[in-house]
Amino acid sequence: MKHDSKFTNQKFKLVGTRVTRPDGVDKVTGRARYGADTFASGQLVGVILRSPHAHAKIRSIDTKRAEKLKGVKAVITSADLPDLTNGAGELYDILENCMARGKALYDGHAVAAVAASDAETARKALKLIKVDYKILPHVTDVDEAMKPDAPIVQPRVKTKDKPGKPTNISLVSTYGHGNVDAGFEQADIVIEKSYKTEQVHQGYIEPHACLASMGPDGKGELWVTTQGPFAYRNTCAALLGMEISQLKVTSSEIGGGFGGKTHVWTEPVALALSRKANRPVKMVMSREDVFRASGPASSTSIDVKLGATRDGRIVAAHAALRYSGGAFPGIWAEIGAMAAWACYDIENVRSVGYDVIVNRPKVAAYRAPSAPMAGFAVESTITLMADELGIDPVDFRLKNAAREGTRASYGPTYGPIGIVPTLEAVKKHPHMRARLGKNQGRGMACGFWFNFGGQTCADLAIGVDGTVALSVGTIDVGGARASLSLIAAEELGIPYEQVRCNIADTASLGHNDMTDGSRGTFSSGMSTIFAARDAIEQLRERAAKVWGISVKNVTWKDGKAIAKGKRKSLTLKELAESSPNTGGSISGHNQVVADGAGVSFASHICDVEVDPETGATKIIRYTVVQDAGKAVHPDYVEGQFQGGAAQGIGWALNEEYVYGADGCVQNAGFLDYRIPVCSDLPFIDTQILEIPNPNHPYGIRGVGETSIVPPLAAIANAVSNAVGVRMTHVPMSPPRILAAINASRKVQALAS
Amino acid sequence: MKGIAVSTTVNGDAVEYVCHGRETLLDVLRNHLGLTGAKEGCGTGDCGACSVTLDGELVCSCLVLGAEVEGRTVETIEGMADGDKLHPLQKRFLDGAALQCGICTPGFLIAAKALLDRNNNPSESEIRYALAGNLCRCTGYDKIVRAVSAAAGDMRRQQKAQARRRATR
Repeated sequence: MKHDSKFTNQKFKLVGTRVTRPDGVDKVTGRARYGADTFASGQLVGVILRSPHAHAKIRSIDTKRAEKLKGVKAVITSADLPDLTNGAGELYDILENCMARGKALYDGHAVAAVAASDAETARKALKLIKVDYKILPHVTDVDEAMKPDAPIVQPRVKTKDKPGKPTNISLVSTYGHGNVDAGFEQADIVIEKSYKTEQVHQGYIEPHACLASMGPDGKGELWVTTQGPFAYRNTCAALLGMEISQLKVTSSEIGGGFGGKTHVWTEPVALALSRKANRPVKMVMSREDVFRASGPASSTSIDVKLGATRDGRIVAAHAALRYSGGAFPGIWAEIGAMAAWACYDIENVRSVGYDVIVNRPKVAAYRAPSAPMAGFAVESTITLMADELGIDPVDFRLKNAAREGTRASYGPTYGPIGIVPTLEAVKKHPHMRARLGKNQGRGMACGFWFNFGGQTCADLAIGVDGTVALSVGTIDVGGARASLSLIAAEELGIPYEQVRCNIADTASLGHNDMTDGSRGTFSSGMSTIFAARDAIEQLRERAAKVWGISVKNVTWKDGKAIAKGKRKSLTLKELAESSPNTGGSISGHNQVVADGAGVSFASHICDVEVDPETGATKIIRYTVVQDAGKAVHPDYVEGQFQGGAAQGIGWALNEEYVYGADGCVQNAGFLDYRIPVCSDLPFIDTQILEIPNPNHPYGIRGVGETSIVPPLAAIANAVSNAVGVRMTHVPMSPPRILAAINASRKVQALAS
Repeated sequence: MKGIAVSTTVNGDAVEYVCHGRETLLDVLRNHLGLTGAKEGCGTGDCGACSVTLDGELVCSCLVLGAEVEGRTVETIEGMADGDKLHPLQKRFLDGAALQCGICTPGFLIAAKALLDRNNNPSESEIRYALAGNLCRCTGYDKIVRAVSAAAGDMRRQQKAQARRRATR
């Protein structure tokens, strides 16, 4: 059945209310089962041996002694994961990342794995594996890796213009329009500035965990913490040479993902171990391994050039963005180049992204991947320009903001969008008038994210008692089951409590794309609406049958079928009860490619206090204003705004991977890689705006990611406002701020 | 390797198990006793996801050995609700949407209960510092702090009502 996804501005009874989430009781009582919380009969413990070198040739791996250890049931190397990818680039990269093939490409790269009867035996066995490494020169810095004499990380990646010559630059992407050179000619003021951001990790509290089971009959099961059970199934099946329907993947409750659980890491290895041992294998990553070998986001180096006229109009903008992809080709700089100028209406604009391979772990998506770094560079420069022009930074942004009909720097023309409303809300917000004390400063910044729709399907089965089991294929990272139940109940006209939303396994529902791109509520919401409408069609037909009238004469309202012109009605419950006699069970189904995910904009305001003696920065006030399209469950929308802001604050002030001269990570743990704790943060104020997405029946836009984009620049702008130093290197950790303060004092002293 | 026999009390129940000397209390809870509510987020005492109380004191169960709890009293998230009656903290976490993914929630609830058991009227700052050993990556802590504060109010009201009932008896 074809359904119309156009926004209809209907009045809601349930959508927009703050109901209790259906998975809540399990989660506050310890009953919810996450990746590591399951057991299988005869299960083994799987562990991975990882390279201690940033870059090394693997001359040989001797596993004989480990295999002989009592309790060891299987030892595997890359030989047990033969290349079945037929040269498919991306899939081969995943295979090589799962297990090194002749070369270890980063500190922490998997080289072998063991399955044993218990954890201690498994760890002992790892120590008995002898790997003969030849250490190779390494490169971990994105700018160093671009130099002509840099060590080459992936010899298979060649330069485009000189075929045959290997390079670390895997992709160059250019976006924009107009004539940038001519634009700069018109400018009264041109600002050029360079920025750096360090590598960060998503920092989900639940490490990667799975329970893999492969039988001698070629059938497999995988229980795993993942953002995409269908994608995991397809990838694992391809790497292991299985038919996808023979591998059933069940997603556990997920203890945070933020993009990091959209990629497979240990799962194919666990399946290969299980296949070899012929026993279930449970594999849980240690926190150290999570840091060394999963995630992270790119480190970057970005140059921005911005030209404006005296009256405050941006006439030209250019950005060169260099993103590390870890040891594999990526599209991270490309996304950064697309996102960089998306907030503004600029006649002459260009951005060039350089995706760069380095000896670091394979980069994974992290909440609005690549946009925060580009946003840091662009939004810092925007405020610099406003200051230079003597225009209020909010007014300067308003004057240049993208609007409906603006041609975006990355190509499309915008529909109704929310950046101007968020800026207007910022102007009116009491936060802007709160008084600032000594060493305190205020900054603001805007942020953008594309959002995504993708393949989605839903099943809505009506039980004989009139309650509803809704099955969706997008996993729930933070309350989506509540939102989707609200939507189903709204459509059917029944109470929220009568719907139970379940996350289907890969054997129970058609393919769903991952929960990424802020698509969960947008796309599964759309599919749920259509599945409910499909069920309503059937309910009307059943009522027509009962009454012996044409279905055309039956309408559906408030949970009831109503006969046209007659005072007859049948409730959903009554129709469900009689369903065995009217044609069998009633269930609605829908599959859709959910196009039209509306782009999302936010504006953040931040007040900081900087200690000029230590360089330590404290966030004292923080406000998020963001367009949600329609907030289905406002609590969890606010939660997304607050959580993204907190991650951005950590990124801005504390978080970074520290690499030694040997190219190894020195801070692979939560003690030394410090994410914000409760005492680091103030309450984070939120304001939800609802500018309906015209391409969704309820006007929903994705809300999950945009909130991590503005904080880096908002905080840099606030620090500059507080102590007069412009920070161009994130994180703005105390030593960096102190160095900047001292340098500026020196300049002032010299000047006087 | 020889096992160590341990007799202890977990959530009010007498419990006996045999563990190896290297196994942590967290390993024992999860792998021997089937209590998977306490989570291993780091194994190094930095994240608080494995928080339990030992003789009423808040600890990271990943930093306590299984053999150490002989003759002591362990309380985990599984013991927090009174039958089907949720603890005020659990209720406020639910009502106030103080969890998103929920992996840190058991640890936060145990740590917050340890705070409220000794201070039933904590300030925002006292709550923030008492929970600073528990990492949450989803919420930015905003709704957690509000939920703990609201639960403290509930508990004060409950305590007052109990006192009144006792006085009138």
